[in-house]
Amino acid sequence: MPCRYTQATLMQTAQARQFEQSTLKKYLLDHAYDEMFAGPQKLRPHYELLFKHFSSLPADELQRRKQAADLSFLNQGITFTVYGRDEGAENIFPYDLIPRIVTAAEWAKVEKGLTQRITALNLFLKDIYNEGRILDDGIVPREVVYSCRHYRRQMMGLQVPRNVYIAICGTDLIRLENGEFVVLEDNLRVPSGVSYMLTNRRVMKRIFPQLFRGYNVRPIEQYTQLLLGALRSLAPEGRPEANIVLLSPGVFNSAYYEHAYLARQMGIELVEGRDLVTHDNVVYMRTTSGLRRVDVIYRRVDDDFIDPMAFRGDSILGVAGLFNAYRAGNVTLANAFGTGVADDKALYAYVPEIIRYYLSEEPVLNNVETFLLTDPKVRQHVLQNLDKLVVKAVVESGGYGMLIGPQSTAAQREEFARKIEADPRNYIAQPTISFSRAPCLIEDELEPRHVDLRPYVLYGDKVTIVPGGLTRVALRSGSLVVNSSQGGGSKDTWVLSQ
Amino acid sequence: MLSRVADSLYWMSRYLERAEHTARLLDVNLNLMLDEGPESAERRWLRVLQALGKPKGIAWEGDPYTLTQTLIFDREHKSSILSCMISARENSRHVREQISTEQWHRLNSMYLQVTRPELKNRDRAGVAANDTMQSSDFLQSVMESVHQFQGVTDSTMNHGEGWQFIQVGRYIERAYATTLLLEAYHEDLWTRHEHATEGNEFLEWMGLLRSATAFEAYCKVYTADLTPDRIFEFLLLDEEFPHSVRFSIDSLQCALERIEGDGGRSRGEGLRKLSGRLQASLSYSSAEEILTQDAVAYLRGIQEQCMTIHETIYALYMDYAIQAALAG
Repeated sequence: MPCRYTQATLMQTAQARQFEQSTLKKYLLDHAYDEMFAGPQKLRPHYELLFKHFSSLPADELQRRKQAADLSFLNQGITFTVYGRDEGAENIFPYDLIPRIVTAAEWAKVEKGLTQRITALNLFLKDIYNEGRILDDGIVPREVVYSCRHYRRQMMGLQVPRNVYIAICGTDLIRLENGEFVVLEDNLRVPSGVSYMLTNRRVMKRIFPQLFRGYNVRPIEQYTQLLLGALRSLAPEGRPEANIVLLSPGVFNSAYYEHAYLARQMGIELVEGRDLVTHDNVVYMRTTSGLRRVDVIYRRVDDDFIDPMAFRGDSILGVAGLFNAYRAGNVTLANAFGTGVADDKALYAYVPEIIRYYLSEEPVLNNVETFLLTDPKVRQHVLQNLDKLVVKAVVESGGYGMLIGPQSTAAQREEFARKIEADPRNYIAQPTISFSRAPCLIEDELEPRHVDLRPYVLYGDKVTIVPGGLTRVALRSGSLVVNSSQGGGSKDTWVLSQ
Repeated sequence: MLSRVADSLYWMSRYLERAEHTARLLDVNLNLMLDEGPESAERRWLRVLQALGKPKGIAWEGDPYTLTQTLIFDREHKSSILSCMISARENSRHVREQISTEQWHRLNSMYLQVTRPELKNRDRAGVAANDTMQSSDFLQSVMESVHQFQGVTDSTMNHGEGWQFIQVGRYIERAYATTLLLEAYHEDLWTRHEHATEGNEFLEWMGLLRSATAFEAYCKVYTADLTPDRIFEFLLLDEEFPHSVRFSIDSLQCALERIEGDGGRSRGEGLRKLSGRLQASLSYSSAEEILTQDAVAYLRGIQEQCMTIHETIYALYMDYAIQAALAG
């Protein structure tokens, strides 16, 4: 159609002019996949509207809106630093104003892949804590499972409601250079960050209402309701009016804001260990009108700290006797204990096999290639190539205990080589992947920064995923670490409906 | 409602009431001080300290501005305005999900405002430089913020059990503080009329009324004819004025009844008797009678009863034994 063609050419010329005028001087493409540009001066179609909108804003308008958003975060008390009495100790969670856009087709695949993955991992947990078929069949080596720090012997033979071990999970996805989404990490214990996903959206709708309307963005606000539904569906039998609570370590926990936010949005009590007591294997909470029975606990306390009688004896965050009440089936915990086995970084390498074993399907979302260092030959190869690889400690998270080969010093590499030799089971290695980059507002200019994506998966009577997730950004130029504890931030993720 | 939550709401409210009361008392006295010579400053500020319940570790050292600075900004002292605001917010943070977003915003911006470093420096400098206007601005903004918070609380929070505990905290603190205020003035001015210098008497009585936001309300009832006994009667026994002791105890009693009703049990019998007895005493006493007998003892009696009520609330709703609760 010639008419369309002319219009497109015109648009391209207009765009070219915009590129020159706009704040893109520092937007240099490299080999990483770029979320906005398909090539130099070539926008991906779903970013055109956004680019036009931002180019049309007066120079200081972006900063003005940024300030409005800052204030909104600060006044809402959306802060993440560990709290002290010193007023300097609270910072707002760093975020970026430019939304990250995911097309409907891309999302469809992600959704399918994540559903498949959580289903398989859940079957895996049920299996290893019961018959252990997958171990007998030699698909996953016993020693990998039993040597996991988060393997819980106490869970053996225990029936969990609806056989759901993982009710809530947050899976970290990245995009390879060819644009393919792959799984970097599963978070199956107490994944956090969902409140940032929800507040980012609220702030963005307020700051850029027109742009938001221009795109057909799928809503995510129903998350808390879905979460509540999932928790309710896991209540012990015979407890129709289930009393659901959220168990938090308390106000000094860095994610406390999120705990309070979720409890409030769901309309359930936010409890701390000291609010709960157990008696005759029943859990109660202490209220002004006496003790009230608790049926489902959405716990945001790690296994280790949740019951000083069953796990770590020195924990003061937990509830003595909780595990026995759980064993007796009088209370449900979400997630179950011991789910950390399935997000161990060494076990991660077996997830594609696990999917094939239980579902007889090919994985929809691939893993990142992972080297297990327990094999002497592989270990040798890794040690020789430390400067090209990323090494991670299997039990660490939050970007700690990590070596990024190309950005490391010889001394750091030597240190890691020593650690690997001393305890090979504790480390894995992966190729250094330049995950995709998205435009971010750095001072007055748009610059590309590396991003990942953490969608939140819920599993109650069925698997549900709200379209979107938390896009985490490595705000430091060139950095590949997106964790908030290490200079990372977040941005809103817009999944389009067509 | 969780016991811990009730505890936090109660204290959040008490601390805010305390901050507001302290701010008003300081504001009134900083203002009145300007009308008199330095020789009477000591008596004035000793009285202020007494009206604040003689806060631990704070003493009159000869300079009103040093004293007010300590009472406003010193975080080492639990009773300073800043400490009260911080404690109030700390408590509200523990129950973030129980209060409305609007309440949290209001309280949090209040906190950010009073702890903002540059403001802190500016106002400190202001107070030190004997600049009454700036510290007065600060005290005004504290009072306004607390009033706004109360407005937001009333219009955005469910008037359920949590709200009732906020009322309990506010009114028990107010009753207690008002009796302390009356006691301090009584010892100083009622018993020794000669203390008020000629012509300044009016100002002192006005100061007392203003310290309880009562000046205008009093004038509406009795005109600007300020007589000590009427003032005493107004602040202690008026039925309709929200800062009078009687009004506070009525409101306290009302909130306690609602809480007990919400719980649906009758274990609050002891508490009801305590607060009911106090309420009856205030409803059926006359100012004459109290003033001809030992007024100070009467005021101290109210303070003691407030403390007993506080302890009983704790034993009943927050700090009860688990075995007893399971048995009941």
